[in-house]
Amino acid sequence: MSASLNILGELSYWQQTGIRVGAGLAAVLLIAGTLVYLHLFKLVSFMQSRLGPMEAGPFGSLQLLAEVGKFLQKEDIFPRKADRFVFAAAPFVVLMSTFLLVVVVPGGPDAWFIDTELGIYLAMAVSSVSVIGILMAGWGSASKYSMLGGLRATGQLIAYELPLILAVIGVVIQAGTMNMQGIVFAQAEGSIFGWGGIGNPYILTQGVAFLIFMVAMQAELTQAPFDMPIAESELVSGYMTEYSGMRFLLFFIGEFATAGVFSAIAAVLFLGGWSVPGIDPNDNIMNVLGPVVMLVKIVGLTFVVFWARFTFPRFREDQLQRLAWKVLIPLALANIVVTGILKVAF
Amino acid sequence: MGLVPGLIKGLGVTGGTMLRTIFPDGWKKPIPNPVKGAETVQYPHEKEAPPARARGVIALHEENCTACMLCARECPDWCIYIEGHKEKAPPRRAGGKPRKVNAIDRFDIDFALCMFCGICVDVCPFDALFWSPEYEFSEPRIADLLHDKSRLSEWMETVPEFEPYEAGSEAKVKKVPAT
Repeated sequence: MSASLNILGELSYWQQTGIRVGAGLAAVLLIAGTLVYLHLFKLVSFMQSRLGPMEAGPFGSLQLLAEVGKFLQKEDIFPRKADRFVFAAAPFVVLMSTFLLVVVVPGGPDAWFIDTELGIYLAMAVSSVSVIGILMAGWGSASKYSMLGGLRATGQLIAYELPLILAVIGVVIQAGTMNMQGIVFAQAEGSIFGWGGIGNPYILTQGVAFLIFMVAMQAELTQAPFDMPIAESELVSGYMTEYSGMRFLLFFIGEFATAGVFSAIAAVLFLGGWSVPGIDPNDNIMNVLGPVVMLVKIVGLTFVVFWARFTFPRFREDQLQRLAWKVLIPLALANIVVTGILKVAF
Repeated sequence: MGLVPGLIKGLGVTGGTMLRTIFPDGWKKPIPNPVKGAETVQYPHEKEAPPARARGVIALHEENCTACMLCARECPDWCIYIEGHKEKAPPRRAGGKPRKVNAIDRFDIDFALCMFCGICVDVCPFDALFWSPEYEFSEPRIADLLHDKSRLSEWMETVPEFEPYEAGSEAKVKKVPAT
């Protein structure tokens, strides 16, 4: 038992909770801010051969604060016929699902928010809560654009929830546990044909599942090419059309924080999580190094998400559903069958 | 091209542009320098020289104007306001009758209405209107965008010298304007 856990163990329940809530807030907001600045502002600008924000702070690094300040100043407008309670609550439901998602992501042998046997199962269950928030936003706005966007989002998110979960099952079968820490340890202590130099990151054995997970994740995040729900050229801004000021900002934070958290889950499942090849995963140094390693992996995976987002044009609704039901789900089921057979055989 | 190679090629285009922007000097000197690599310029700090025939603002060569009103009539936005009066001018030949010429009292272009179509420049039969590549004439008050004839004449200084047409184009050009 390492020192950090002992310190945490001596605190009373409310102190531990306070630390965890603070760390969770920091994790969500810092990751969202990093991703927005690094990917949305800078790398995407470079992909379009421009510089992005350059005026606010050195290399535009304070642009995000300026944007947040702008959103906070704006009037919080409610449409006249809106269902006020549902309309007001929707962004919080979406953001809540993000905050609950970050809870299962481990950052080191002792650096975790909760360590439950349900782990990835909890994450998958909580991630579907955001559908309700989006449907609330679409319905509560009393606007045809929001309604259509909300319905599209619901259809899309439910369709892509399935390949996402089915892709995870392959990993769970191979690791033999749904505990996120257990999955990390299974990869760190695994071996490739008896050679354990880099452990056994499941991207090697579960490459198909990784691809399915990344595609389904892109759709779950409603990032282009799966941005039918907020298709700005046909639906203004989809379910976010009627939102302004703070509540729009909450949707915005939710979108990018969820991108980071889903990438973190993908990193845990397929890239070995916080573990580093060559360092004993139980070493206390991993509690410091682990979160950094996780951050690097998150940035790397979200880069792929944003790269695809700014490269591909939008899917049509029927193409989008066909990809989920006719390609990804059968592929994920076949992956489960093959993984199960190989697991029994070896 | 198949589906997957097409997708990968698309990623290659955006990724390649990103790398070219970050590392403009190529891989022999991999120093990140996006300011050099980007195609854009940071406008208030550095300015792009507009091309000589850029359509920035319309300049008036006052002596050539006869207040014929063709430009004002052809203007789709009705943003040109002309008032003039008849004047006696000295006769062409000695002992002749004094000529009557039009003199302009007012020649205003409201650049708040103007859509920079350039029809007025095209229709002017006396070469009184010219395109100037100058583009920085925004104003805090919208009324100040109404440029009167003295302001429009000032823009004449920024009109570039007439560039001769390419060799062989005389056959197509009916009349080469003289500046």
